[in-house]
Amino acid sequence: MAHALPLRLNALRYAVGATEIIRGITLELRDGAPSLLVGPNGAGKSVLLRLLHGLLQPTGGALEWANPSGRPPGLGPRDAMVFQRPVLLRRSVLANAAYPLRLLGHSRAEAALRAEAALERVGLGRLLHRPARRLSGGEQQRLALARAWALAPEVLFLDEPTAALDPAASKSVEAIVVAIAASGTKVVMTTHDLAQARRLGGEVLFLHHGRVLERAESQAFFAGPRTEEAAAFLRGELFW
Amino acid sequence: MNDLGDAFNAAWHLLVGPDPALAGIVGLSLQVSLLAVLLAAIPGLPLGALLAVRRFPGRGVVVAVANAMMGLPPVVAGLVLYLLLSRSGPLGRFGLLFTPGAMVLAQAVLVAPILVALSRQALEALWEEYEEQLRSFGAGPGQAVRTLLWEGRFTLLTVLLAGFGRAAAEVGAVMIVGGNIEGYTRTMTTAIALETSKGDLPLALALGGVLLAVVLVVNGLAQLLRGAALQAAR
Repeated sequence: MAHALPLRLNALRYAVGATEIIRGITLELRDGAPSLLVGPNGAGKSVLLRLLHGLLQPTGGALEWANPSGRPPGLGPRDAMVFQRPVLLRRSVLANAAYPLRLLGHSRAEAALRAEAALERVGLGRLLHRPARRLSGGEQQRLALARAWALAPEVLFLDEPTAALDPAASKSVEAIVVAIAASGTKVVMTTHDLAQARRLGGEVLFLHHGRVLERAESQAFFAGPRTEEAAAFLRGELFW
Repeated sequence: MNDLGDAFNAAWHLLVGPDPALAGIVGLSLQVSLLAVLLAAIPGLPLGALLAVRRFPGRGVVVAVANAMMGLPPVVAGLVLYLLLSRSGPLGRFGLLFTPGAMVLAQAVLVAPILVALSRQALEALWEEYEEQLRSFGAGPGQAVRTLLWEGRFTLLTVLLAGFGRAAAEVGAVMIVGGNIEGYTRTMTTAIALETSKGDLPLALALGGVLLAVVLVVNGLAQLLRGAALQAAR
């Protein structure tokens, strides 16, 4: 099997005009437990995620997947992304989850089957035929996760998936993220909810001013951050 | 005042009394305008959607031309089509001049820029919302256009109604290429123009009332359809 990971970033930069948002990030993302990007607002977390997913093009440096040509047919896309505010199509829950599979060329029946299975896994099995935009915020985010999960991507980028949700909805989304990671998909997620980062485990990448200042196992990061900025961030004293 | 009273009276009798000639005119008007909207929509809506999702050299010119063509004077469109369709014109061999087909073509030419410009504007707003998500799914331009047309279907119905309004109200172009032949190419608007020139103002006004009623009914039905579909899909 052709693995897309590791994903290597070499002095990755992204600037808009004279404003540098990502200022030379070099690291390697490997298969395994979730990687959590944390940092204050404006640190560049969401932009970094969009660069990794290919929605933005780097203005400097390089970004290399181990297998740039993608995965063999039938294995799903190399990577997928779920946004903080997912855009749901004006269709049923099932049609929404099946939509990207149809784009990838799956037959209607095959797409529906896979979409339904993913929706069952996120607890939306009973709402298959409801108009997607009538779901609650939490249900909408679960649908977005199911839509991405149905693709069986090798890597799933999640941009603050719980930022707009109440605690109960956040908890159910978190459980789904754990399940996705357990199913073998590498999760790379931004969050500024530190308790959540702690619960999800894996590794933490601390971003500040467009640079990764610290990278550590989650437990080690929260027990004793090595940089002054990370320590200040954990104390709630670091602002953009 | 007297004319108006007579007009209402005549309109009432035209509407309630079975009048095959009037029914024929109303039927032809509806047929021509609806076909023209359909003919214009087939290239017009996808082109509007493509302009909404793609940035390419010359796009600004296409948008500006479509916007400007919304104000194309019907008589000018009619005249150009007349020249193209006349026996010695490049399309003369099709024998379309002075047929309902030529009228459909003329109205389609007038409606198409409206559909392109308004659908482009409506779908551009939608594209702002959808772009990142669709790009994330790896949707190509063709897939994005198809998705936007379906997602914007409720707004596009209003765009189509605007096109229908232009077609149904139009007189200059259909007069020139249709010839206003009684029982064959006479529509509501050309009949109104004819009755006015003959001095039969009450009949002209009555026909105007009937035309308004027809447009109202079509819009009302479309509104009902839109409401029902919106309720089901949203």
